Amino acid sequence: MENINIKINGLDVSAPAGSTILEAAHLAGIKIPTLCYLKDINEIGACRMCVVEVKGARNLVAACMYPINEGMEVFTNTPKLIKSRKRTLQLMLSNHEKKCLECVRSGNCEFQELCKEYGVDDVNYFEGSENHYELDTSAAHMVRDNNKCILCRRCVAVCDKVQGVGVIGANNRGFDTAVGSAFEMGLGQTSCVSCGQCIAVCPVGALYEKDYTDEIIDAIADPDKYVVVQTAPAVRAALGEEFGYPMGTDVEGKMAAALRRLGFDKVFDTDWGADLTIVEEAHELVDRIQNGGVLPMITSCSPGWIKYCEHYFPDMTEHLSSCKSPQQMFGAMLKTYFAEKEGIDPKKIVSVSVMPCTAKKFEIGRDNENAAGVPDVDITITTRELARLIKRCGIEFTALPDEGFDDPMGESTGAGVIFGATGGVMEAALRTAVETLTGEELPKLDFTEVRGTEGIKEATYKVGGMDVKVAVASGLRNAKTLLEKVKAGEADYQFIEIMGCPGGCVNGGGQPQVSGHVRNFTDVRGIRASVLYKNDAAKAIRKSHENPAIKKLYEEYLGEPGSHKAHETLHTTYVKRTING
Amino acid sequence: MKSLDELKVIREKMRGEVGYRVEHKTPVDIAGAAASYLAANGEKWDTSYRAHVLVCGGTGCTSSGSKRIAEKLEEEIEKQGLKDEVCVIRTGCFGLCALGPIMIVYPEGSFYSMMKEENIPRIVEEHLVKGNVVKDLLYEETVHEDEILPLQETNFYKKQHRVALRNCGVINPENIEEYIGTRGYEALGKVLTEMTPEQVIQTMLDSGLRGRGGAGFPTGLKWKFAAANDADQKYVCCNADEGDPGAFMDRSVLEGDPHVVLEAMAIAGYAIGASQGYIYVRAEYPIAVERLNIAIGQAREYGLLGKDIFGTGFDFDIELRLGAGAFVCGEETALMTSIEGNRGEPRPRPPFPALKGLFAKPTILNNVETYANIPQIILNGPEWFASMGTEKSKGTKVFALGGKVKNIGLVEIPMGTTLREIVEEIGGGIPNGKKFKAAQTGGPSGGCIPAEHFDVPIDYDNLMAIGSMMGSGGLIVMDEDTCMVDIAKFFLEFTVDESCGKCTPCRVGTRRMLEILDKITKGQGTMEDLDRLEELAEHLSSNSLCALGQTAPNPVLSTLRYFKDEYIAHIVDKKCPAGVCKELFTYKINPDKCKGCTACARVCPNSAISGTVKNPHSIDSDKCVKCGACVEKCRFGAIYKD
Amino acid sequence: MLHRKSNVPFSGTKEQEQALLKVIQELKDEKGALMPILQKAQDIYGYLPEEVQKIISDETGIPMEKIYGVATFYSQFSLSPKGKYRISVCLGTACYVKGSGDIYDKLMEKLGISGGECTPDGKFSLDACRCVGACGLAPVMMVNDDVYGRLTVDDIDDILAKYE
Repeated sequence: MENINIKINGLDVSAPAGSTILEAAHLAGIKIPTLCYLKDINEIGACRMCVVEVKGARNLVAACMYPINEGMEVFTNTPKLIKSRKRTLQLMLSNHEKKCLECVRSGNCEFQELCKEYGVDDVNYFEGSENHYELDTSAAHMVRDNNKCILCRRCVAVCDKVQGVGVIGANNRGFDTAVGSAFEMGLGQTSCVSCGQCIAVCPVGALYEKDYTDEIIDAIADPDKYVVVQTAPAVRAALGEEFGYPMGTDVEGKMAAALRRLGFDKVFDTDWGADLTIVEEAHELVDRIQNGGVLPMITSCSPGWIKYCEHYFPDMTEHLSSCKSPQQMFGAMLKTYFAEKEGIDPKKIVSVSVMPCTAKKFEIGRDNENAAGVPDVDITITTRELARLIKRCGIEFTALPDEGFDDPMGESTGAGVIFGATGGVMEAALRTAVETLTGEELPKLDFTEVRGTEGIKEATYKVGGMDVKVAVASGLRNAKTLLEKVKAGEADYQFIEIMGCPGGCVNGGGQPQVSGHVRNFTDVRGIRASVLYKNDAAKAIRKSHENPAIKKLYEEYLGEPGSHKAHETLHTTYVKRTING
Repeated sequence: MKSLDELKVIREKMRGEVGYRVEHKTPVDIAGAAASYLAANGEKWDTSYRAHVLVCGGTGCTSSGSKRIAEKLEEEIEKQGLKDEVCVIRTGCFGLCALGPIMIVYPEGSFYSMMKEENIPRIVEEHLVKGNVVKDLLYEETVHEDEILPLQETNFYKKQHRVALRNCGVINPENIEEYIGTRGYEALGKVLTEMTPEQVIQTMLDSGLRGRGGAGFPTGLKWKFAAANDADQKYVCCNADEGDPGAFMDRSVLEGDPHVVLEAMAIAGYAIGASQGYIYVRAEYPIAVERLNIAIGQAREYGLLGKDIFGTGFDFDIELRLGAGAFVCGEETALMTSIEGNRGEPRPRPPFPALKGLFAKPTILNNVETYANIPQIILNGPEWFASMGTEKSKGTKVFALGGKVKNIGLVEIPMGTTLREIVEEIGGGIPNGKKFKAAQTGGPSGGCIPAEHFDVPIDYDNLMAIGSMMGSGGLIVMDEDTCMVDIAKFFLEFTVDESCGKCTPCRVGTRRMLEILDKITKGQGTMEDLDRLEELAEHLSSNSLCALGQTAPNPVLSTLRYFKDEYIAHIVDKKCPAGVCKELFTYKINPDKCKGCTACARVCPNSAISGTVKNPHSIDSDKCVKCGACVEKCRFGAIYKD
Repeated sequence: MLHRKSNVPFSGTKEQEQALLKVIQELKDEKGALMPILQKAQDIYGYLPEEVQKIISDETGIPMEKIYGVATFYSQFSLSPKGKYRISVCLGTACYVKGSGDIYDKLMEKLGISGGECTPDGKFSLDACRCVGACGLAPVMMVNDDVYGRLTVDDIDDILAKYE
């Protein structure tokens, strides 16, 4: 592409045509502060933090939106700009609940960081009336605290544009503008799907998951409880970020060590549950293909996606695989199979999961997720909560040795680990389903067509003389596009993988928050996903149906995939909801 | 569909009817070029009626009951058997809204003002049957000892020059043929058959026409940019979301001459290559909306909108969209966002609408008054238009004259007219012998112009230079009883209400400015507050996302510039020099004037006044709520503010 | 206060719903149809309660929050019913400098409600409005479609009495 030459702070900078001032400055190693801007998602120029001076322009301009043109002269750090940004921060502060010490984001708040950078020395400089809002605690997974909201609207944009859900938006006008739901109803009354993407992008402490770290500390301390933890594949790909490791560091070993030191009775791996899911789901797919079941079959691992389907495509829930998610399968087997085997009363087991996901907090309370008559999973926390838990309990994460998971539910394959990236479930399922359908061993295990961070991916595979058409979507707006094609009869897939969060679980709503200025110039999903694919490639066993622990489970407990017992414990049901609650 | 020739036939037929009214409006060229065109034929105008009675059907007169007046008139005319001799025409606004309901009778041009239903039978009997003008019901300024002046000879109209308003108060806006009779749609015909789009744009550039909605961007340039961008679809929009409090020229054009806007939009569509237009009009203007709907329907029926106009292959149609009460939607990107069905929040520019506007397509947006000039520019040539006005501001401008001035109403004057001429000559000066203090132009985005700039010729650049702006043309006159801090606060209240809430400086900053102003008007302000107010004003000017936020501080900045001493009086002396800010004065009774009639004590809602009959009363300032009821009641002028 | 539900119970009729559905069918495929639909819906019901916004959302697929966000942005959309007699006082510049603020205060005091509210008996609702274009008659107020101009505070009682 053609390059354009401009001057920034007197330096010659060359950047591709179509770049914004912000992008050109980034190329030149100049940081312009942003708050509302999220590339491709929230380009609204509202917060006015990124104002710069352009020679000849009457007013300051927003660098995040302003396109460069040949010969343009830009200044990003004049005294006037530095003061302007400071005053804008102070204006925001004047209507912001400044309870920073008791805020969950204290220390990684983008607003706080900017106040520090710009030397805000008087938080009451523009003191005046403030808006006061009630906390919204109605949703299972999160709290909305508008008192801290700075109206950057990143959450609104991600909910509407990325997820196609749009249950939060700007209401009212002027100083009374507030992010909320229709008629100020609580999120729990809306068709919010609990994906938590809004939390992931919130620069401040206005949106946060309901925190269960203290419940875990109490459970572990209770001698009558047998506390078991499982960790989702994507957690190991991002947890390190909370402890200063560069993005893309695999901390599986340290995470297992930390969990053990926290005092869990068993440290297991959701990957085991993922392998089990594949065996059941592949069986279901083969059964649907061979016996004229409803096709395409759509994966059911992502609880955000499931809730979305129930609200927005209630007529398509028959397409959903009846398989529980890996977390729930794991929980079900923990309280039945493992409990029986170990002779533990399932009522005494506290089943804890660590997930990159906030929708899991909703999922554990669903109907038919209680194989042993008690909930399959009792407490689910996000990657962020785990980091908090580790810090609170005084565990020096970086000093830990690498350790493994416990047996038997810690044993997993490469197929289980790639669940955390978009296309991973599809690839894992294909590895098993193709071998099941053809009865032959696959020469090559990498289904690269379904890898990558694009929103929608399609592929066709020849399986024993039959074309198997598959599609993969992540992010619910993409899911909607795909489903509408299916509904309109424009696509004849047999199998679809859908993940609620864009890029899959690695970019889940429960993952460590990445500040806007990093996110805007980094392929967060790709880098985190690479951890999982590396992990997969290094595994000795890469097909779920070859996991010895899973084989043993079927031998000892379940019988065959799709057996009556499997159905009773590992499969679930869905409800039909409406787009308005 | 009408061809150009058929249009000519209609024009021939109608020109007599319209010309009859136009003729009697000399020497002021109210119908502008239409009259000169007709005059070129040097003949008496044919009309099938011996008298035309024009009743104003604008909002001002309608709200004071003109509809009923017109109905009564028709009843009486019917009763007297004059139906075939006298016609009643409901026109748009004449401009002198304070005198409504207004009625004019031709051929005499008799100007009846403040009409009442019960006067109608007398006027019909005396004037229309017997031919005697009913002098005592005429607008007093037109009645002189020995003669009765036509309206155009009065001070209010004499200095005016009507281009944009030329048909308002002349034609029946609900009859397309009357518009055609004033050379209506001739400009569109000329453009489509004789000019290339480039020539149209060049004509606009040569005319020097600048946008009448606010900042005064050259219209031709806007069109040129939009024409240069290729797209499968482009749009022409009309901003009729007139939002400045006190400005109503756009409404008057839409009510009085809706076709001129349609014609101009079609011309713009041809120039930039658009086939669809949108008019975004305030829902608060029901008469304008109704007349626009009628006009669009008639224009479609005559083939002047729709497919293949005049058989030239040019398609253009127009849709109406109603605003829903958001001042910010006067900002171009907000207006487009609103048409798209969203909260009317502005978006940053660039990209400019000429590249990416409505539905992300190249779009031009002009306001009503701008459009109202365009057919005339096409017909009379750019030189004609450029001959009016000042070096950088060509043509005329309509102002809504209001506030403390005798003649309240709409005035259209050549650019370069001075404030003094407008206020003293056209406006008839300040009532009650009070002194002129300032004039506010540009509404909430503008500023206050003090007496020292009374003789500055008004145009875009001069107004900017003295800290105000043209805006859409509101002009509010203030006298010595007006507190400038209170006025600044009034406008800030407006912008706080109307801020969309999207960008930080405007959302929070306007509120903080208002809070400081509120403190000052309550006598609680400090000099530090004043510094902070100025700092905020400058911050908002340079940091806000859109023009609303950028200009919101103007009322404060301009009053600080010219009337800083008033701010200081509020802060340091705790006094409001104009006696407006309630917390800063007390009511007192002058014992020399008080007759002890007890009227004040009886009316006081809080029993703050005490005294015995026939003895001077006094006010307990602790109890007084400063409602002013006593002042109204006192017949002796004994109560004063201190 | 979470969930801002009107305290006046919804009393929409089948006829109103039919009329609304018809409007939606006519307009929903037009570009940017939401505003015209909301305007027509308000014409039909007099205001835009939750029940009405839900119908619009269900029929158009536009998220209800977006509808609510639009409805709360524009001052002409009302979430609460208006009184049988809708009083609006012009606070435009011309009226303001001629004392319309006092008229407005007086009405609030007389009716015992704030701007934007409706009296408990559903009789009067009060709003401030911007210039109605009758500046020559300043200060001006309207009761439904009746305009009262050149007002003084003393006129208020008589005007209200006409509607009692």
